[in-house]
Amino acid sequence: MSLQVSELKVYYRTLKGEVRALDGMTFELGDGEILGLVGESGCGKSTLGKSLIRMDGRMRHVGGTVVLDDRELPIGDDRAMNDFRFREVSLIPQYAMSALNPTRKLRRMVTELLRSRGAEVDTAELERRMDQVGLPREVLDRYPIELSGGMKQRMVMVISTLLDPSLLIADEVTSALDVSTQKAVARALLGFRESGYIKSMIFVTHDIALTHHIADTIMVMYAGRLAEKAPADVIVKAPRHPYTKLLLDSLPEVGVRHADRRLEGIPGSPPSLLDPPAGCRFRARCPIAGDECAQDPPVAELAPDHHVACWKA
Amino acid sequence: MLRLDDVTKEFRIGAFGGKSVTAVREVSFEVAPGEVVSLIGESGSGKSTIGRMILGLNPVTRGSITFDGRPVRADKEYYRHIQGIFQDPFSSFNPVFKADRVYNMIKETYYPAVSEPEWEERVEAALRDVRLNPGQVLGKYPHQLSGGQLQRLLIARALLLDIKLLVADEITSMLDASTRIDVLNLLAELRTRGLGVLYITHDLSLGTYLAERTMVLRRGSIVEMGLTGSVFGDPLHPYTRELLSAVPRLNQAWDDATPVDSCVYHERGATGALIEAEPGHFVACARLDTCP
Repeated sequence: MSLQVSELKVYYRTLKGEVRALDGMTFELGDGEILGLVGESGCGKSTLGKSLIRMDGRMRHVGGTVVLDDRELPIGDDRAMNDFRFREVSLIPQYAMSALNPTRKLRRMVTELLRSRGAEVDTAELERRMDQVGLPREVLDRYPIELSGGMKQRMVMVISTLLDPSLLIADEVTSALDVSTQKAVARALLGFRESGYIKSMIFVTHDIALTHHIADTIMVMYAGRLAEKAPADVIVKAPRHPYTKLLLDSLPEVGVRHADRRLEGIPGSPPSLLDPPAGCRFRARCPIAGDECAQDPPVAELAPDHHVACWKA
Repeated sequence: MLRLDDVTKEFRIGAFGGKSVTAVREVSFEVAPGEVVSLIGESGSGKSTIGRMILGLNPVTRGSITFDGRPVRADKEYYRHIQGIFQDPFSSFNPVFKADRVYNMIKETYYPAVSEPEWEERVEAALRDVRLNPGQVLGKYPHQLSGGQLQRLLIARALLLDIKLLVADEITSMLDASTRIDVLNLLAELRTRGLGVLYITHDLSLGTYLAERTMVLRRGSIVEMGLTGSVFGDPLHPYTRELLSAVPRLNQAWDDATPVDSCVYHERGATGALIEAEPGHFVACARLDTCP
């Protein structure tokens, strides 16, 4: 097992009280596994990604443990995490456009960045990896502003994985890209795993169709908790949780026309995490909710590797 | 209703504006009342520039844009009929003021004579038209509302005017899958009232869901244009084919269509004139006959 997260709780401090963004997440990630993490905005998927690498000042680690390669990550301790960042856990941020220092040419930026981690640049290796994602070598002697969005995104991918981290967190990396660039970026990520630059990856996105193409396992989150986790094909073809089913029904596909088949959104909105309701958090929007849903549904393994948190599944 | 004739836009760049970049090149199309037309292109293809020119936010370098036979004027009367909604609802509102202040601004500018109670009724009717509960959204600050609610507040704002054309520039790309569909369904309903929509997006599946007609833009030129069914059902231009093959779909692996680079025409780097390949289906590819 590469990553084991158990009962992880991370709350946000606000003036009104604590927002329970992650409220008891338990899951595992195998060696070489790509986990797609999907859910609506505010379901806690980005919080989970951030918790594994760097919590910002408003976040508080309330409980639970994260074990990466048999070592516990000190996620609540910003300074102790420094030993793990970049070497063991690395992140590709959502807005690669703003992740690059605009005042440095890329070659200098990479050198400075690696030196800050006590490593030297292996130019041959860097160029080999740039070739792999289809970036010309001249890019190193340019400023970030001279690259297109897709090129910047790929450059950030190469830089983030230079020290061969065990776990890579890709947070909405393709959301700002158009379809053809999106495909190139997704393929490059798969290539990274094949070449052994990264061992496993968490791919955070709201695009289920894209996740299906690159992830081995898909985990659906709702209101800070796990709703369903199963192999990608199972989630798409035989989902058990009503939330997953509704989410899949609301996906537009090329060729689906409003005149022929009207897609429906999920009525209602997620509960406030300041004071979440007891029991199943999807209850208020769920078409099949019953009396037992007032109790917290346990995460049950209905089939091998198929975990669902629903009484009715 | 809206008509663009050979519209070209050049931006001056460089320290003294010595160089110029052509963002939009000889684009012509029309949008009729009650019609949703989607404009699809990748980043930098000039799709937002076209939207901004129609809204009078950027001047046109060459060519003409007319609305009901009259050219674009960035004045009160023009905006009574044409409104735009943009990608990020959180930056469309002033965070310091309550979100419903946008309605008061409409009243002050366009309907100073309408009495307060009547105006409140109109606002509530417009909010109900966009499926919002007035009690839940009035009197709130932008940060207290979700992205989907804010986008719908902006559509309601447009409905308070005598609106005929809505320029929707990536209005759903910051929304969740389920909210996204709600906003799209709403646009589809408004169309039946005679509202024309120019739906600008890079997401092909969202574009096809609504639009009667689709235009594919590449490097500032329209490469293919026609009924949505024929453009996506039977794409003629290699670029459209490549775009379609790159869309991730459930239950279907990515297939590798002929990349644009292998297209002989593409290598010459020029863009030809649109020719009518079949009735109502235009394509800018000079080698249509020889292309496999």
